[in-house]
Amino acid sequence: MAIVKIPTPLRVTTSGLDTVQGNGDDLVSVIEDLESQFPGMKERLLDENNELRRFVNIFVNGEDVRFLEGLNTTVTASDEISIVPAVAGG
Amino acid sequence: MNSYCNGLQCRECGRKFDLEPIFACDFCFGPLEVDYNYENIKADLNKNKIESGPSSLWRYAPLLPCNPEFKIDLGDGFTPLIKANRLAKAIGLDHLWIKNDTVNPTWSFKDRVVSVAIAKAIEFNFSAIACASTGNLANSVAAHAAAAGLDCYVFIPQDLEQGKVVGSAIYAPNLIKVEGSYDDVNRLCTELSMVKNWAFVNINVRPYYSEGSKTLGFEICEQLGWRTPDHIVAPMASGSMYTKIWKGIKEFHKLGLIDEPKVRLSGAQASGCSPITTAYENNSFTFVPQKPDTIAKSLAIGNPADGYYALKQMEETNGHAAQASDSEIIEAMNLLAETEGIFAETAGGVTIACLKKLVETNKITKSEETVAVISGGGLKTIEAVSDVANNAMLVKPNIDSFEMNLTH
Repeated sequence: MAIVKIPTPLRVTTSGLDTVQGNGDDLVSVIEDLESQFPGMKERLLDENNELRRFVNIFVNGEDVRFLEGLNTTVTASDEISIVPAVAGG
Repeated sequence: MNSYCNGLQCRECGRKFDLEPIFACDFCFGPLEVDYNYENIKADLNKNKIESGPSSLWRYAPLLPCNPEFKIDLGDGFTPLIKANRLAKAIGLDHLWIKNDTVNPTWSFKDRVVSVAIAKAIEFNFSAIACASTGNLANSVAAHAAAAGLDCYVFIPQDLEQGKVVGSAIYAPNLIKVEGSYDDVNRLCTELSMVKNWAFVNINVRPYYSEGSKTLGFEICEQLGWRTPDHIVAPMASGSMYTKIWKGIKEFHKLGLIDEPKVRLSGAQASGCSPITTAYENNSFTFVPQKPDTIAKSLAIGNPADGYYALKQMEETNGHAAQASDSEIIEAMNLLAETEGIFAETAGGVTIACLKKLVETNKITKSEETVAVISGGGLKTIEAVSDVANNAMLVKPNIDSFEMNLTH
């Protein structure tokens, strides 16, 4: 069970929880597990082609998954997954 | 007040939200933007009113999403638009202007966005101001927070230039160096914004903050005599300023202040951090994030949140993107200084180097009247060009010694 940190805009699906547990060997399966626990989560994270939405960033232990294996990035029970909306910088 | 703003709206899916300190759509995570009531603005705003307003960006107050009663105006914006004939000749253009944002109160264009963000943060009754920054934003947030008497937390990557670190520390904020890149700082601050009740100017106040960059577009039009040039070249980090210049121009047209704009907008990046330009070169609207490695640290955002919109804007305005290496950046900083007397930071070198390339490759034609946006001052990144100091002559304090050295 990896720890998943939930950003404010997504907490509408988790009844306000900011941290939840996700089960799975990779991100795809963790997202499926989150969807079964918190319906509505998946369509907020993935587009109609099951790709990460343009303004969704996911980090595993602080590393952007686009530098890893994307949604196929493997996940273990000791990993921390952060879901963070993209914000323009300064 | 605020009859000029209807609320916030998701730029991706169009869902509507109240005017609150939120930044992402709770359905698709898309960025939220201010939805203006242009009819009300049009009724209250005209050229005369603008021209008789303050000599700062607050002359455009009805087009900014905050109550000007709360403004902290250090003299932000309304910077000179300078005819750059010598630089134009050197790079092969007939007409070139420099929008000189090095002369802002903290010597970068970030004073534009911070001026608006701080006003909004005070209006929202936040007691502390914060930001994630590549340096320039940190300088501006720290200065404006000091002037407002607000607690301030600025987060920067640990490897910034000394000028930018001191340029924040002097205003006595809580200055936090983060072990990582700007993208790491940005992620940390985004997470912090969800647990701290602070106004992170470029995160939870972002929909208001980013509107400040529109004033670059407003000013270029007003200073040219209420018209657009043929081409504008601006630097791109997250792509926010580049896209807001165009938004400002479109708003001026919507309000009947200028004719239908035909201007093309091109963007400049450093080769060591070029996710938007690389996507443009690959004819893609999807950028691939990069790990930055460039002397243009103020543009070192490897995961540019407005990258997609920047790429769409190049298509919409028939503009281009270019990239410049570190040595080309330094050469261009020198060229700008030697021809126009303007000492820009590395980002200004990126803009001029890319402008030069766009002219050389005929993407900007010789006769196009062009404006180059110079976004920050050179003393912030003095390390990049400090070799020029070696050109100084050392003489004894007598005329013979001077004359002898001069002939060498």
